[in-house]
Amino acid sequence: MTTFHELDPVDAKISARDVSVFYGDKQALDRVSIDIATEYVTAFIGPSGCGKSTFLRTLNRMNDTIASARVEGEIRLDGEDIYRSGMDVVQLRARVGMVFQKPNPFPKSIYENVAYGPRIHGLAGNKADLDAIVERSLRRAGLWDEVKDRLADSGTALSGGQQQRLCIARAIAVDPEVILMDEPCSALDPIATARIEELIGELKGRYAIVIVTHSMQQAARVSQRTAFFHLGTMVEYGKTSDIFTNPREERTKDYITGRYG
Amino acid sequence: MSPVIPLLLVLALGVVGWLVARARARTFRRSDPARRPHSLPGYHAWFVALCAGLPAGLFALVWSGASQGLVMASVLADPAARDLPAFGITRDAILAEARALATGQAEAAFHPLARALVPAFEHALRLYGGVGVTATLVLGFAGGAWAFLRLRPEFTARTQVERIVMGLLLGASLVAILTTFGIVASLLFETFRFFEFVSPLRFLFGTHWAPDPMAAVGPATGEAYGALPLFWGTLYIGAVIAMLVAIPLGLMSAIYLTQYASPALRRWVKPMLEILAGVPTVVYGYFAALTVAPAIRDAAKAIGIASASSESALAAGLVMGIMIIPFVSSMADDSIAAVPQAMRDGSLAMGATRYETIRRVLVPAALPGIVAGVMLAVSRAIGETMIVVMAAGATARLTANPFESMTTVTFQIVAMLTGEGSFDHPATLSAFALGMVLFLVTLALNFIALRVVKRFREAYD
Repeated sequence: MTTFHELDPVDAKISARDVSVFYGDKQALDRVSIDIATEYVTAFIGPSGCGKSTFLRTLNRMNDTIASARVEGEIRLDGEDIYRSGMDVVQLRARVGMVFQKPNPFPKSIYENVAYGPRIHGLAGNKADLDAIVERSLRRAGLWDEVKDRLADSGTALSGGQQQRLCIARAIAVDPEVILMDEPCSALDPIATARIEELIGELKGRYAIVIVTHSMQQAARVSQRTAFFHLGTMVEYGKTSDIFTNPREERTKDYITGRYG
Repeated sequence: MSPVIPLLLVLALGVVGWLVARARARTFRRSDPARRPHSLPGYHAWFVALCAGLPAGLFALVWSGASQGLVMASVLADPAARDLPAFGITRDAILAEARALATGQAEAAFHPLARALVPAFEHALRLYGGVGVTATLVLGFAGGAWAFLRLRPEFTARTQVERIVMGLLLGASLVAILTTFGIVASLLFETFRFFEFVSPLRFLFGTHWAPDPMAAVGPATGEAYGALPLFWGTLYIGAVIAMLVAIPLGLMSAIYLTQYASPALRRWVKPMLEILAGVPTVVYGYFAALTVAPAIRDAAKAIGIASASSESALAAGLVMGIMIIPFVSSMADDSIAAVPQAMRDGSLAMGATRYETIRRVLVPAALPGIVAGVMLAVSRAIGETMIVVMAAGATARLTANPFESMTTVTFQIVAMLTGEGSFDHPATLSAFALGMVLFLVTLALNFIALRVVKRFREAYD
């Protein structure tokens, strides 16, 4: 049901097979299969309600927080089934980090926001280690120079774009293998958006990055692989350049030429 | 003069004004269908009804109070009143009797002087009653006519009604505020009278409390009015023991209900918990005095605490703590639930467990709301009367031993006001000073709580 373009074989970090998601009786996602690799940024595009965010949230089991949600199929992280019974969800989420649509820093200091993950996972042996992790994470998120003199200020006092980079720093701080981004720029202005896109380019290769976006231009700018979702199915998957210049499905073509969505 | 009859007249005037104005407003539309009147006929009707009813109604209410004084003055000016005793209970009783006779509430009077005053009373009541009714009617009619004459197709009745309604709402909220000031004023007066006998410093910081309502007032009177043991007892029972019970239990049940309980369970447990707040405190008092206090005494005696008494601070504090659990838990519940879902998701997505999320993100974010809830609970606890009256005892004692009996400010207010002392004795007046202190402390606590809540609201906006 999905049209796959021919791709070079890669080592899949995450491989999903026939993943379906139900909210109560309503099916939100129908048999999605995809491989996600560390070498590429993978973008999920599609109109609202097409299931792209739902699929993203299955990858670190954030759907567990919704009581009525039920997942079928198989998702493997480094070959390990993340939905098997006895899977440690807490460990999983430390390995698969997430950045949300709206920046959601905790109402704590900038330092404490970044130190939150390392503290709960015991990653730092002492204060100096923790300081080093905080600095490294903020540097990687491109926020260090802006906040290094006011680490004790509240994270909620930053601008929207800075808050989102703080959330990225927070996710990076636990040294995840995958970072899921759920429309990370939808609440930001164009300049802050450009800054985040640049950051995604810098993080590519170190982490497997999956980004859900409404903006086709953004998908074209930041990603190397694109999956197009429509009405709960994954319609087409391939190299970003192929999807945008040479779509094989009528629906994909209609969407990227702006006929709907 | 009873305000009932004038008020009924005002109501009738209003209804008539309403009907007439609506009929008039409807003719506007008919006479010139091309131009739409500014307001619907209903608004014209309400404008006239309110203009006719409101000033007249207010006058009738004020007059019913003010005319009492006028009636009394004219009765006292009557020659028959010269034989009245100068002041005191007898004078008031005669006047009350005469009034009852004049208004037909009584058939016979014991005092001959009362009968002599009846004609004067009847005359004055008739006079001022008549004046009141007439003035009310004139005022109502004038208001209605003035409003009616202003009606035009382009008259902005809709906006005017809006303004009158706003004024009414403002007036309603002022009543509550003015009542608070009235309470303070009435306490303040008696409190100053008390401080004529006892110096405020001795009252606030003295450690000996043994007022005797029968004792003659002399220079040594103040020595029996050191209220420190009462303040200590109040805080120890209400703010220490009760909070040691209510804060952990209330907070934990709020966390369980918001974060762990299934929606079905929450639907059952939350109202059950809130029922605790609806139980009359006298019932808690029985529970404390008959069940908890003896159990505590026996338990304390069993482990060798000889001083344990059958009325103890611990019993009162424990039961009071149970009573205020709903105050703490419902405020904590609300403020935890108000923490955005995004905070919870953010923490869970970092690989935090549910408990870590609660402890490190939700509770700190909700802390101002929780603190405010605790302060409201404390102010409720220290103002609580029935439980301490029944279970804490009457002995003013400065001790930290929770097994001994203690007494509180509220208990002493009850004791002083229900004693046999005369009203102007310092023992009775001390109740007002104690009430004043209690009022100020709870006011301060509520004020702080509201400030804290306000800061909390700004956290996410």
